[in-house]
Amino acid sequence: MPTVIVDGKEIEIGADERLNCIEAARRAGAEIPHYCWHPGLSVVASCRMCLVETGTRDAATGKISMMPKLVPACQTPAKDGTVIVTESQLVKDSRARVEEALLIDHPIDCPICDKAGECLLQDYHFQHGQSERRADLHAFTSRRRDVGPTVTLFVDRCIMCTRCVRFTREVSGTSELMVTSRGAKEEIDVFPGHPLDNKLSGNVVDLCPVGALGDKDFLYQQRVWFMKREANVCGGCSAGCSIHTEHNQDTIYRLKPRENPHVNTWWICDEGRYGWHHIHDAARLVGAGRRANLSTDRSTPLEAVEWADVVPRLRTDLKAAGRLAVAISPMLTVEEAWMLCAVARSIDPQAFLAVGHVPRTGDDETFPGGFTIRAEKCPNRLGVEGVVALFDPSVPSWSQLVEHVRSGHADAAWITGAYPAAWIDDDTAAAFADLKCLVVQDLFDSPLSALATWRLPAAGFAERAGTWVNVAHRAQTFEQAVRPPAGVWPEGRLYWNMLGRRGLYDPTAVRRQVAESSATFAALAGEIPATGVDLRIHQLA
Amino acid sequence: MKPTDPSVTWIEEKPLGLAERLYLPLFVQGLTTTARHLVSPKLTVSYPEQRPTVGNPLIYRGVHRLNRDQEGRVKCVACFLCATACPAHCIDIVATNSPWPDREKYPESFAIDELRCIFCGMCEEACPVDAIELTSLLDLTGKSREEMIFDKEKLLSVYDMTKDAEPMKSASLGGTL
Repeated sequence: MPTVIVDGKEIEIGADERLNCIEAARRAGAEIPHYCWHPGLSVVASCRMCLVETGTRDAATGKISMMPKLVPACQTPAKDGTVIVTESQLVKDSRARVEEALLIDHPIDCPICDKAGECLLQDYHFQHGQSERRADLHAFTSRRRDVGPTVTLFVDRCIMCTRCVRFTREVSGTSELMVTSRGAKEEIDVFPGHPLDNKLSGNVVDLCPVGALGDKDFLYQQRVWFMKREANVCGGCSAGCSIHTEHNQDTIYRLKPRENPHVNTWWICDEGRYGWHHIHDAARLVGAGRRANLSTDRSTPLEAVEWADVVPRLRTDLKAAGRLAVAISPMLTVEEAWMLCAVARSIDPQAFLAVGHVPRTGDDETFPGGFTIRAEKCPNRLGVEGVVALFDPSVPSWSQLVEHVRSGHADAAWITGAYPAAWIDDDTAAAFADLKCLVVQDLFDSPLSALATWRLPAAGFAERAGTWVNVAHRAQTFEQAVRPPAGVWPEGRLYWNMLGRRGLYDPTAVRRQVAESSATFAALAGEIPATGVDLRIHQLA
Repeated sequence: MKPTDPSVTWIEEKPLGLAERLYLPLFVQGLTTTARHLVSPKLTVSYPEQRPTVGNPLIYRGVHRLNRDQEGRVKCVACFLCATACPAHCIDIVATNSPWPDREKYPESFAIDELRCIFCGMCEEACPVDAIELTSLLDLTGKSREEMIFDKEKLLSVYDMTKDAEPMKSASLGGTL
């Protein structure tokens, strides 16, 4: 095994691992500051912040010979016998000088900069910079330049690390950004007539180590230190990207990608990034409603029902109606889907269980960097199919359920939605018009909810807790990030109470139960790492 | 902390000296204080008919004001540092793009809940552009809780009201104009 010596500490790295000195030093617990290097992008070694002393140890004699000058750690491969010194006076002085040079023409408008609080220039200056400014230059303003529909550029804050330029060339493959001019006059810009409008453009804001690139959606909305972040999973498509939901007082302000080598690496698409606004839409359904006497006449008004009363009355109404058909939405978590199936079968042991409508738009879109946006716009089709298969091995689809209802095989239906966008047309909804009891649980009003005899609100993606299984069979668990609006019980809470279970809804208990009772979900039995677990792991072995 | 804690140092009470035991010297000392107050000028004022005088308005911590810049615009840049420093969480700011070409960010709304404020002066201390200051206005009254939430216009009007009597502190303290 190759051995690398970091600040006198020997660490072993894998024989076929290709690490640079930053990564090797990180294994040894030494953090080498860097701006331009990013694990997902090519190496340019232009910022000079990661300069360290390196050398090699002769394997035969054990004699260490050091390089006479500092070298960039990002560009230096760590191999057997590599010696890295990260904290010598020479290295410290070099870092202080780099910081000083970067700050010479930086506007230092931290109070109005959105990056303040998570800015590498601030952090590194605090750790490695010097307290006094020797250059007497203060006349800089922060020129602002529009580079695209989602991103704005503060030209003078830029430190020319070119991460954003490399991102558009290597990952999104669209090459909108470029460097204009040379030397001290270097600036980031877009080609005339080609704004930064690719589907991954928001990532350049995350990549920017300083406040040069700003997200227009988030600009000036909130200071970063007020927000709390919850590890979450994006519900926008079946890729199931790992994200951080950043929120304050139950209001989401932005979504950020969370590093997950098995799913999204470092990126998320703009659709997912800005796909949280429906959570705070004023048009969301709130409060449970029941049409008086379960009348199918649409003119009969909905009567508000207290949530505590929903639990027994919904069961009574569905039981009285007779044959039940249930659509389990692929927006639900595995735990919620399993509980809904159990509730349905406890009401009608012959209940027809089907996977809910699976929204699709276009085709899967893969970018040169390997990132794929899926056409299937729901996060948990595989999970829900796996759950339904436990109850009905034929796994009926949504169209089969519509046919089942249309041909008069059901007297009651329970349709779960939670779709952020419109999903059902009048013709399909008409199939449900003559049912004795129709329960619709959705985020927004739809042609179907207009027919409902029971109308229940649903929770948005950040308001749930549980497990989603993405298109590659990777199951990721997540906690609730924000509370739903007043008058909304997340599905899990309703089903938990309808199953007669006590206390607060505990997804972990349900997950364990699902894992114990099925081979498909056996991998969910233990602790699930932050990057998720592959459900096929046991089936392959 | 327990009495047996090693960091506690116990001190014995001194025995009474001759003067203390005689009683009379201390009696005279006490009466002298009383007599001095009888003849000294009165500090009590009949508020509100009479207004108390503030010793040093520069360091007095009364009602807040939002300063204006030379063009009469609000000086605040909506950096939220006052709201961050505030231990009582009484400052609420909504920031947005400024309507002026020479400024980037400004407060769309700026509200201080004067009832929740503890007048510690941390906001004034934190402000990087010397926009928020505490004046020497000390009588703060209102008929409702809503009235005591001072919005941007009201805080600016406090500045207009007090700017002549109390010029912006920043200039004299070497801050921004």
